[in-house]
Amino acid sequence: MSETAMERAAKATPPKVARRIKGLSDKAIAWIFVAPTIILLLAVNIFPLIWTIRLSFTNFRANRPNADVQWLGLRNYERILTDSDIWITMQATAHFLVWTIVFQVLIGFTLAWLINRKFKGNDLWTTIIVLPMMLSPAVVGNFWTFLYQPQIGLFNYAVAFLTGADPSGFSMIGDVSLAPWSIVIVDTWMWTPFVMLICLAGLRSIPDSIYEAAECDRASKWRQFWTITVPMVLPFLMLAVLFRGIENFKMFDLVVQLTGGGPGSTTELTSINLKREAFEKWRTGYASAYAIILFVTVFGLASIYVKALNKVKER
Amino acid sequence: MSSYSITEPSKRQKWFAGVLVVGYAVITLLPLLWILATGFKSSPDSIAYPPKVLFEPSLEGYVNLFTTQTRQTQEYMAANPPTTWYEQIVREKGMVIAGPSRFGERFLNSVIIGFGSTFLSVFLGTLAAYAFSRYRIPLKDDLLFFILSTRMMPPIAVAIPIFLMFRSLGLSDTHAGMILLYTAVNLSLSVWLLKGFIDEIPREYEEAALIDGYTRFQAFYKVVLPQAATGIASTAIFCLIFAWNEYAFAVLLTSGTAQTAPPFIPTIIGVGGQDWPAVAAGATIFLVPVMVFTILLRKHLLRGITFGAVRK
Repeated sequence: MSETAMERAAKATPPKVARRIKGLSDKAIAWIFVAPTIILLLAVNIFPLIWTIRLSFTNFRANRPNADVQWLGLRNYERILTDSDIWITMQATAHFLVWTIVFQVLIGFTLAWLINRKFKGNDLWTTIIVLPMMLSPAVVGNFWTFLYQPQIGLFNYAVAFLTGADPSGFSMIGDVSLAPWSIVIVDTWMWTPFVMLICLAGLRSIPDSIYEAAECDRASKWRQFWTITVPMVLPFLMLAVLFRGIENFKMFDLVVQLTGGGPGSTTELTSINLKREAFEKWRTGYASAYAIILFVTVFGLASIYVKALNKVKER
Repeated sequence: MSSYSITEPSKRQKWFAGVLVVGYAVITLLPLLWILATGFKSSPDSIAYPPKVLFEPSLEGYVNLFTTQTRQTQEYMAANPPTTWYEQIVREKGMVIAGPSRFGERFLNSVIIGFGSTFLSVFLGTLAAYAFSRYRIPLKDDLLFFILSTRMMPPIAVAIPIFLMFRSLGLSDTHAGMILLYTAVNLSLSVWLLKGFIDEIPREYEEAALIDGYTRFQAFYKVVLPQAATGIASTAIFCLIFAWNEYAFAVLLTSGTAQTAPPFIPTIIGVGGQDWPAVAAGATIFLVPVMVFTILLRKHLLRGITFGAVRK
């Protein structure tokens, strides 16, 4: 967000007086304070990442660490990029990403817009809506399999009650065509509040005076919505999409518990596919190359997106 | 906002908005209430059709969750008197015990690993955030971005080498290993959030303290820390919630001693399939603290979930 006076002050040099005071020098304190964090992150994030890169050029298998390890060069990468199964998981991931973002943006923005009407008790209801996203996705995913049971689940019962369909006639997580939607529904239930909160912050950042000016100019409500509300909330909304995009691209826990990638491989998102290669088939080298490709994809897409976001913010 | 503003929504608009939002909130709440209710159902009630809204409350789920006994034969029951209060209830009411549960241990693991990693990441995070906020550090922006980018990696991508690394260091399936790992994962959040909070504390306070003869270090813990207390507390809760809910690393790197509750709860099996009352009971116990924190955190929620990128 925009730089506040506080941030600018924080960036300024520390006052001269500090250097004359006894004790450790500023520079020493700064390093003592920052070093543990950097060292830990290097050890637990960067070192493993470099290790993953190294493994990705080999045929190493973690379940047989003593076997001969061969250097394969780029062969793992070549195999992944030409493997049609991986493109299928990419499609499943894209389907998941696109629909969750569409629903979450539409519902989240609408909710925020409604809550911004400031009706009585809106704080209480907002807090209730926000609850799901703070819960453990694995536990929630597991419980939703119960709600989705064709014979006994609440979800099927509710759908049957509302539409008159036979509740045991469809299985959300067992049916090839419904399973992708079952994960979209749960993810939307869990994460719409996230988009809603950010949109709400966006809506609340718009000063009333702009609307008052528009009102004086006799701009219609509709016009005000499209020329004031939407453009002012857009940077916030894009930030929400960025966060959700990154999170859903690495989505693992919720889907593992909900469908486990099935039926067949209809909901096998990239993370689940990757876990299978790495920890079930134990093709460590191959899985490492896969992981690197995913990381580069997220990083690349996120960087391009952030550039676009900054352009929108500058307008 | 003044209530006389011409942009203030009309009464009818407010009413309409209220109805829609409350409707959505109720839909949101239903699955959660269903978890709560299922925990107090008996096994047959939990899978009854149509789903039972009214039922006779039973503690079977909670008992199954905590019992250390296996399914019992008549002879076994006669030979072994109940040792705990809940087993006594089971005997008296003739409930079914599905099998020995390890929920207690797993829950304790969640507590140890959650609090341990939270303490460490907030401690290290506060130091780093203070330094980033107040000092000139070479490549500051790059370092901060690097810290943030560690959150972009899919956990599975680094899990392979961490798995190998932990195995060779003897850290696999240990509390220490998981605490260290979660600390590292949470550090990005902790540093970013705390930097935001510390940036907001006017520097004049410290300058005044320095002029009064405090050392930089004294100024930090006597002036800055108390001022940042609320920020530190909410950062701690966000770190705790993350460690509490984490699943991917937990399922890949732990199997027994250090397994936390999220990978465990879905594995609670009863007679012929999942023991839903017990699963729901476990989920309830596990979810309640987070719900309480969410309600307490309302004010800082947005900051916490967006790494401070958006402020309310």
